[in-house]
Amino acid sequence: MQDIRLALAQIRPALGDLDHNLALHLDYIERAATAGADVVVFPEQSLTGYFLSDLVPDVALPRDDPRLDPLREASQGIDVIFGFVEETSDHRFLPAAGYLHHGEFVHVHHKVYLVTYGLFDEARDLAGGGAVRAFDTRFGRTSMLICEDLWHPTTASIAAADGADVIYGLSSSPGRGVAGGTHELGSAETWRAINRLYASLHVCYVVHCNRVGFEDGVNFWGGSEVIGPDGELLARAPDFEEALVLATLADAPLRRQRTRLPLRRDEDVSLNGREFARIAAQRHWQDDDRG
Amino acid sequence: MTTEVDLRGRAQRGLDLEPGLTCRVLEAFIRDEIEKFGIQRAVVALSGGIDSAVSCALAARAFGPERVLAVLMPYRTSNPASRADAETLVGQLGIPSTLIEISAAVDGLLGELDEDPSPVRRGNIMSRARMIALYDQSEAFGGLVVGTSNKTELLLGYGTQFGDMASAVNPIGDLYKTQVRALATALDVPAAIRDKAPSADLWVGQSDEDELGFDYETADQVLYLLIDEMYATADLIAGGFDADLVYELQRRVVRSQFKRRLPLIAKLSNRTIDRDFRYPRDWGR
Repeated sequence: MQDIRLALAQIRPALGDLDHNLALHLDYIERAATAGADVVVFPEQSLTGYFLSDLVPDVALPRDDPRLDPLREASQGIDVIFGFVEETSDHRFLPAAGYLHHGEFVHVHHKVYLVTYGLFDEARDLAGGGAVRAFDTRFGRTSMLICEDLWHPTTASIAAADGADVIYGLSSSPGRGVAGGTHELGSAETWRAINRLYASLHVCYVVHCNRVGFEDGVNFWGGSEVIGPDGELLARAPDFEEALVLATLADAPLRRQRTRLPLRRDEDVSLNGREFARIAAQRHWQDDDRG
Repeated sequence: MTTEVDLRGRAQRGLDLEPGLTCRVLEAFIRDEIEKFGIQRAVVALSGGIDSAVSCALAARAFGPERVLAVLMPYRTSNPASRADAETLVGQLGIPSTLIEISAAVDGLLGELDEDPSPVRRGNIMSRARMIALYDQSEAFGGLVVGTSNKTELLLGYGTQFGDMASAVNPIGDLYKTQVRALATALDVPAAIRDKAPSADLWVGQSDEDELGFDYETADQVLYLLIDEMYATADLIAGGFDADLVYELQRRVVRSQFKRRLPLIAKLSNRTIDRDFRYPRDWGR
């Protein structure tokens, strides 16, 4: 991969206010570009806010919507990864992560695993995606995943097997768990473990960009971070506060770690394919049988 | 199914909280959720008890002392120590306060009744009289009402609907009573407030724990396991908790569910408020 000078834009979007959030994006993009960043990454649904409920159809956009033109324009000099809700031509609304370069979408990932339990109700308002892909950027192969996607370890495995050297995770992670004896939220602790585990075992960079602020009493804790291929923390934004944090994702540590720990070389994708295909077929048969 | 887990220990660990982190979240919550509405001030009904002391201290930290108004609203039978404790906290926090006696308003209402109302009815009238005065001060001071109901009270329904349960934002509604105590220590709430027996102070000598028939520490453990950890009542009884207490607490939670929801709306249209018309409160903010 080519070295990347990365900016994490840990923002506090307003809920359902596209104009406000667009201006916020342009401000952070400009600041990131001024700081010399090649890529700036925003959180999940950074353009719309998170707990939308019935606001979804009001803020969803097709990717060719002219309201995205200022973002496209801003991506002339810096690659922009941002979160929005994409409306398809048949009027489904999908949580999306877009990768913009030179005014064009290089790739759009749709959140595969909608989260509909506990405090979440995504499947009521949104449709889920059906693909996890790595894709080529000017810096090398990359993948984007959205929040709950990363709680299913197979998504990161697919991204890595597909050749991603950098996995971007975009989140709107609510903070919860204030148990004694630790100085961080339970949700933060889990996320940090996930990021470190994926970076270490898939021997790649993991970039986790989480938002801050509150929606209807729920806090988003921030703590965006970049983890290197050896599991080392390379950069972390503060908890709870808006921030623009810079990090360098270099090829040399990736080469060194993959030499020391050739897990990716040895990964048997065919084995995974065969076994998952077998399990899927059996499950399908069992589900049918259950009637 | 019985369990080998030490449930009491599990509850104790679960209820143990990190006060610094908790305060940080709650201060930000008060600031963020009020500032969104273009307001940077708060009013708190300060009773002299631990819950309102914690809410008040958090609000003072969130906005700075000059932007938080403590409203003291004694009734003529209120314990004078409650007012004294509230005034101590006001002095310590350096916040403005106002004293509004509710005796005339409450007695005026009581005088209109043909019969002598029960203590519960009298308590509810006092609680709702305070709500009226508090919301008036909210308008006068230009600050939103910060709530003072903790999770234990809310779950048990041990509060007056449209009375002390009324607020714009509630920083302590997800904290059990014992957790509020831990936070009070971290917030330097005076010992006199922290150490006294919890009381709604609606009649002379009232004690929450006497009236409820159980102590908050045990109740919090049971509620924590039932609500937060989703154990079944049978698990708790097998784990050594008193069966009558477990059933009583479960019954109270179920029976008071209506208090925690908006009034029911009869559904007629295709889009009914809060049923299928679902917008966030922070709509556009």
